[in-house]
Amino acid sequence: MRDRLWIIASLFLFVGFVTYPVWHALVAHVPSRPPSLVLPANEKQCVAPVSYMRASHMKLLLDWRQQVVREDKSKYVAFNGKVYDMSLTRTCLKCHDRQKFCVRCHDYAGVRTPYCWNCHLDPGQIKRSAR
Amino acid sequence: MKITRKEFLKISGACLVALSGKNVLAVLDSPVKSQTSSPSARKQLGMIVDTRKCAKAKGCTKCIEACNKAHNVPSFQDPAHQIKWIWERPFVDLFSSYETQYMETSLKEESTPVLCNHCDNPPCVRVCPTGATWKREEDGIVMMDWHRCIGCRYCMAACPYGARSFNWVDPRPHIENLNPDFPTRTRGVVEKCTFCSERLVKGQLPACVEVCPEKALVFGDLNDPKSEIRQMLAKDYTLRRRPELGTGPNVFYLV
Repeated sequence: MRDRLWIIASLFLFVGFVTYPVWHALVAHVPSRPPSLVLPANEKQCVAPVSYMRASHMKLLLDWRQQVVREDKSKYVAFNGKVYDMSLTRTCLKCHDRQKFCVRCHDYAGVRTPYCWNCHLDPGQIKRSAR
Repeated sequence: MKITRKEFLKISGACLVALSGKNVLAVLDSPVKSQTSSPSARKQLGMIVDTRKCAKAKGCTKCIEACNKAHNVPSFQDPAHQIKWIWERPFVDLFSSYETQYMETSLKEESTPVLCNHCDNPPCVRVCPTGATWKREEDGIVMMDWHRCIGCRYCMAACPYGARSFNWVDPRPHIENLNPDFPTRTRGVVEKCTFCSERLVKGQLPACVEVCPEKALVFGDLNDPKSEIRQMLAKDYTLRRRPELGTGPNVFYLV
């Protein structure tokens, strides 16, 4: 029982270590609330249900890429029967703001920004840089 | 039950024969599967460049401009960096074996539009290690998937027509007017003409064909005997670039 002090001190140290991210966030004032995403104003429904898009939009985009580039298709029939052009620039960005939607969430989630935009164009960005 | 080694081998042998016989029967029974589509339904898109009509509009580069604009093709002063989808070459450079000292002067001075030949037997496709370029079964276009290209440039070494270009630097700053309907490419990727696959899927003609004021570019299905391109090929004598290589180029030059 002579080691009681050591054991308790180590336990405190251990708990402090494990909960470090929480302390750090409190001290450094890192916001712990979700990012404020700008949602499309004129459209209520995305090409798939929100839950699917939130979890699997990357799968949908890869599937679109496959169909457009490899299978020579251009139209996507959504779950509700609506038909969309399979185009990142013309369909996704028609409603979504790249900076205030894609980038904000990717930054928050700490997901490396995908290199879609090295080639695909954001019409909003072209307009801004032309000014 | 006792079994000798000889009997065991006999039984095993008989079993093997029976099993393989079953497989053979299965193969014989199944009807011969046709490829993805019947050969008659398969297209082979091709083009005729009517050099006589083209020569009428001297100095015209509308086809090149239309293509560059439609596909965000950058312009570089340095020839080593140039990106070419459709470009001009002197006629005698393209068909040097036909050059004679007595040749028509007009032909000697003429420059001719050149583009990817979308070969029957494309060497670029054979060498691509990632499958980033392939020949489409349904219409014979030699397509590219820029997502997949790793920039090894084997295809550029393989192509005898110089139809492929490599992005040595980021092309974006060198594109005058960005067209958001088509992606740009990135550094380290090879690119070339795709016969405007993105327009064909919408039922439009390739940009160069549509814009030509002399109607010097004729585009169509070479497998359809009733198509305009086949009618023209049946009437007139045409040249192809270096057919002796066995690549089967599908761009024809009417002289």
